[in-house]
Amino acid sequence: MKKMLNLSSNPHIRDSVTTAEIMRDVVIAMIPTALYGIIQWGVNAALVVLLTVACAVLSEYAYEKFMKMQITIGDWSAAVTGLILALNCPPDIPVWIPCVGSVFAIIVIKMLYGGLGKNWMNPALGARCFLLISFAGKMTSFTPIGADAMSGATPLAYMKNGGDMANVNLMNLFLGRIPGTIGEVSKLCLLIGALYLIVKKVISPKIPCIYIGTVALFTLLFGGHGFDLYYLASEILGGGLIFGAFFMATDYVTSPITPNGQVVYAVILGIMTGLFRLFGGSAEGVSYAIILTNILVPVINLKTIPRAFGREGDK
Amino acid sequence: MNKYIERIYNGIVKENPTFILMLGMCPTLATTTSATNAIGMGLSTTAVLMFSNMLISGLRNIIPNRVRLPGEIVVIASLVTIVQLLMQAYTPAIYESLGIYIPLIVVNCIILGRAEAYALFNTPVISFCDGLGMGIGFTFSLTVLGAVRELIGAGSIFGFQIIPSDYTIGIFVLAPGAFIVLAFLSAIQNKLKLPSATNGGQEVPEFVTSGDVMGAFNQKEAPASEIKKEA
Repeated sequence: MKKMLNLSSNPHIRDSVTTAEIMRDVVIAMIPTALYGIIQWGVNAALVVLLTVACAVLSEYAYEKFMKMQITIGDWSAAVTGLILALNCPPDIPVWIPCVGSVFAIIVIKMLYGGLGKNWMNPALGARCFLLISFAGKMTSFTPIGADAMSGATPLAYMKNGGDMANVNLMNLFLGRIPGTIGEVSKLCLLIGALYLIVKKVISPKIPCIYIGTVALFTLLFGGHGFDLYYLASEILGGGLIFGAFFMATDYVTSPITPNGQVVYAVILGIMTGLFRLFGGSAEGVSYAIILTNILVPVINLKTIPRAFGREGDK
Repeated sequence: MNKYIERIYNGIVKENPTFILMLGMCPTLATTTSATNAIGMGLSTTAVLMFSNMLISGLRNIIPNRVRLPGEIVVIASLVTIVQLLMQAYTPAIYESLGIYIPLIVVNCIILGRAEAYALFNTPVISFCDGLGMGIGFTFSLTVLGAVRELIGAGSIFGFQIIPSDYTIGIFVLAPGAFIVLAFLSAIQNKLKLPSATNGGQEVPEFVTSGDVMGAFNQKEAPASEIKKEA
């Protein structure tokens, strides 16, 4: 009886799921692709992953200790940030660079704005762009796998520079036998992780599907290859689109909460990614597209508030 | 004599234009890519500030009140042109790297701010000292900002390499670095409870036309509280 008359402020719908469980699921979902990267590239990739995660967790702990706040490293969100950042780095990068990035992600992008739930930009991606601007050379030099026709350049860069499409092997793109960052190359492992998240209902497939669909449509319209499914598939599987769409665009904090807003968000993401990839200076544009669209999220939320039940029209 | 030194001290410490009044943020962010650039910008602004304050103070009874802004701008613009030509002749390297920001000193809000707030009500000599103090304060702040950005971003201070270039974080000499460093310096200042327009420790003068939102709020509330006190 006492429980039934519980007076409280919103949210009124309660669930036993905690932040820690959700974040742990995200970490679990990224393990296949992280393992693939580590097996593929060896010790340095493993060090990057481990130290970046450690740095992220430690810097959150240190900041909260220093500011005499509640310690929140138990919610796994710092680990997720660190892991995403590590998976976004090239395998042969000097280990200290992603570590600097993860301190920046946690302290500047997340904690200074008030911690988890208050950051307006995806911390891992913000830090990645920070590193990309600071260490442009080191962040974009990728280790080739085997004797490949496209060795050294990612498939996206290869295609952007007008490389021969005959050298682009879709199977290699899908399985991850291509140069790229530690975690973005194996689409198979990424999709296994994404499936896990969808089955566990951690993410909804709505944003990723609309996002990828918009990129496909944009590439089809403006790619300059006509209706070429082979090229289209290479654009979607090459680079970090799958990784970004399922693991970064769906971040709870930095994506809209309204149903229509999520559609708008995903479409804008797709258009931005397409613009950056096809008309921008560099071959890949997923990171910039996501963090720039993150800025629009409050506006999108505001403009797409659903009509309350029982109310007519606007306001 | 003492009041002249007081003006200089006021400009450097008590009403430091960058860190306390939060004025002139555009050149502060744009020209502090290195300590040398920062000093160049600071000193050229100081030169303009001293003489514009002195001249406007001297002309304050001649310029009709209705056209005082155009009058002040004419004085400031002439001085900036002189400084620009002198720099082009004698310090071509700094002139090149500061580029458009030298002519933009004309619209620097510190200069117009001091003219409007101080030179119009005071005698030429003390206005000159006020300009000198403000200028030194501006130069000092810019140099601190420039040195921090140069150290982290390029690994050097005044061009002397301290950190090997492999270990520098390039973003700090670019635009985002300016915002990050300025924000951190202001945060440290707030943490130490030093007076500033953003932490309520400094009374915001009515004339302040900075982009500082908190300052604008303080300004709105200030008269109400004064009325209360009087009542």
